[in-house]
Amino acid sequence: MSVRSATEVPEIVDTSGQASTQRRGSPGPAKYSAINLVKKGLSHGEWPRTFHDHELAKSYDVVIIGAGIHGLAAAYYLASNHGITNVAVLDKSYIGGGGSGRNTAIVRSNYLTPEGVSFYERSMELYRDLALTLNFNVMFSERGHLTLAHTDASVRTMRWRAEVNKLLGVNSELIDAQEVGRIEPRLDVSTNTRYPILGALYHPPGGTIRHDAVNWGYARAADKLGVQIHQNTEVLGINTVGGKVTGVRTSRGEVSAPIVLNCTAGWASLICDMVGLKLPLITHPLEAAVTEPVKVFLKSVVVSGSLHVYVSQTDRGELVFGASTAPYPSYSMRGSLEFTQELASHVIELMPSVAGLRLMRQWAGLCDMTPDFSPIMGFTPVEGFFVDVGWGTYGFKAGPVSGEAMAKTIADQMQAPIISAFTYERFPAGTLVGEKGAASVGH
Amino acid sequence: MIRIPCPNCGPRNSNEFRYSGEPRKRPVGDDVTPAEFRAYLYEHTNALGWVKENWYHSAGCRRFFQIERHTLSNDCRPVGSAPQESAS
Ligand SMILES: Cc1cc2nc3c(=O)[nH]c(=O)nc-3n(C[C@H](O)[C@H](O)[C@H](O)COP(=O)(O)OP(=O)(O)OC[C@H]3O[C@@H](n4cnc5c(N)ncnc54)[C@H](O)[C@@H]3O)c2cc1C
Ligand SMILES: [Zn+2]
Repeated sequence: MSVRSATEVPEIVDTSGQASTQRRGSPGPAKYSAINLVKKGLSHGEWPRTFHDHELAKSYDVVIIGAGIHGLAAAYYLASNHGITNVAVLDKSYIGGGGSGRNTAIVRSNYLTPEGVSFYERSMELYRDLALTLNFNVMFSERGHLTLAHTDASVRTMRWRAEVNKLLGVNSELIDAQEVGRIEPRLDVSTNTRYPILGALYHPPGGTIRHDAVNWGYARAADKLGVQIHQNTEVLGINTVGGKVTGVRTSRGEVSAPIVLNCTAGWASLICDMVGLKLPLITHPLEAAVTEPVKVFLKSVVVSGSLHVYVSQTDRGELVFGASTAPYPSYSMRGSLEFTQELASHVIELMPSVAGLRLMRQWAGLCDMTPDFSPIMGFTPVEGFFVDVGWGTYGFKAGPVSGEAMAKTIADQMQAPIISAFTYERFPAGTLVGEKGAASVGH
Repeated sequence: MIRIPCPNCGPRNSNEFRYSGEPRKRPVGDDVTPAEFRAYLYEHTNALGWVKENWYHSAGCRRFFQIERHTLSNDCRPVGSAPQESAS
């Protein structure tokens, strides 16, 4: 394993998920530190596995379906905040194989509704300390976030967002096109383009994070506390008796558990079907792409709703692009040529100087969209069946706060106050939490 | 790219169309409760497999029609043309 720089030390992990001889409760991996790096470097020592494989037990206190950031964070906080460690996280594929390993890693809290802003702001708070909490370098970078306005209507929405944000203590400001040009000189802020930039919502603490590191960091920390993570373990059915959950049927056998938490994002409807629960979710694919690396020139995350594109530059120099979801539902994770064509034409409108860059990779993931662009969290009419779903295109940044809130909800058997607006009952009750103005393209 | 077989025009690139959802019955009448109407608005089957759905050919014949599409492979077929054994 090669070591590139001291700041990247904590990324060195083995995530292959292959057989391990270490048993539950065995001493966890060595602490990641500069001293340990030097020691390992000099002795060419192997780093121990960061999480382990286990036989599937007959029963657990809590079974979590989905080993993305939401499932892993919920498991970690159940163990660390509430001492509930007899927990299994089951995934049909591998850690981060869903949206959590496919997203563009943008984090921010400049949402539109007070419920949304406070919720995402709590996640930012947890992210700020996450590297320390997990002893894992998650490369959190508050590099600044610009949502461009190309129409009067979006200027209005952004002024509204800025005021809601400021009221809740979130650093967020409407700025004009000149200021946008000063912050990001490569953006074309001239007035004769097809969609001239009129201004932007500027959110200095918004930025990016290393998504894989967050997933692995939570997995390692949860494993160390006794949580069992089972990859390649598909949930095929959920057992209930008299409207109460009693366990799950998996590709590796039956497991009994009084509490089952659905953290399967794009596949969430299929899990809800297993207990006959209908939620207002529609699964849409979302694509992303990266270019070859070039010298860093773009500091902020730049989002353009009108042009259906957003871009950031990684520390390695690649430009990371994303766009809007596919205009029809699908469970397909294939990339499409339309996406790259449209993406390229819009990116060049924003930043003409990148026209010569080559695209390196593109990929797709699944997004579980809700009618109001807010999540569905907490209790369901099926006793013992909890949901943490409806993450659409914006759920990665919500991982820490969701894990914390779902763990609290399960431990206290009471909806945690910070997610009280996100119950599934808001749909029959008609009390939606409309975040479309802040979450449709800028994930 | 996916191709949608318009029954009037023939197969065309999906970007000529507007997806318009699963066919559902709109509740009508004075005795419809808000909850019933909201269920109509918000609940979806979101199935993995063959589904029946409405499309609008906005850049073609400008007509609505129904097809069946597989939500994993995105293959399309006319409504009711499913082989007997695999109607799932
Ligand atoms: C291209 C793209 C860009 C994005 N950009 C951003 C962004 O910049 N910022 C942001 O905040 N969000 C972004 N998102 C959204 C974000 O990625 C998701 O909302 C988030 O990762 C959801 O996490 P999760 O843990 O709930 O689900 P996932 O990470 O999707 O995990 C669900 C897991 O469930 C497993 N599973 C499914 N069915 C079963 C079963 N039957 N049995 C066992 N396991 C099962 C899957 O294998 C999967 O690993 C983006 C998404 C995509 C696709
Ligand atoms: Zn037609």
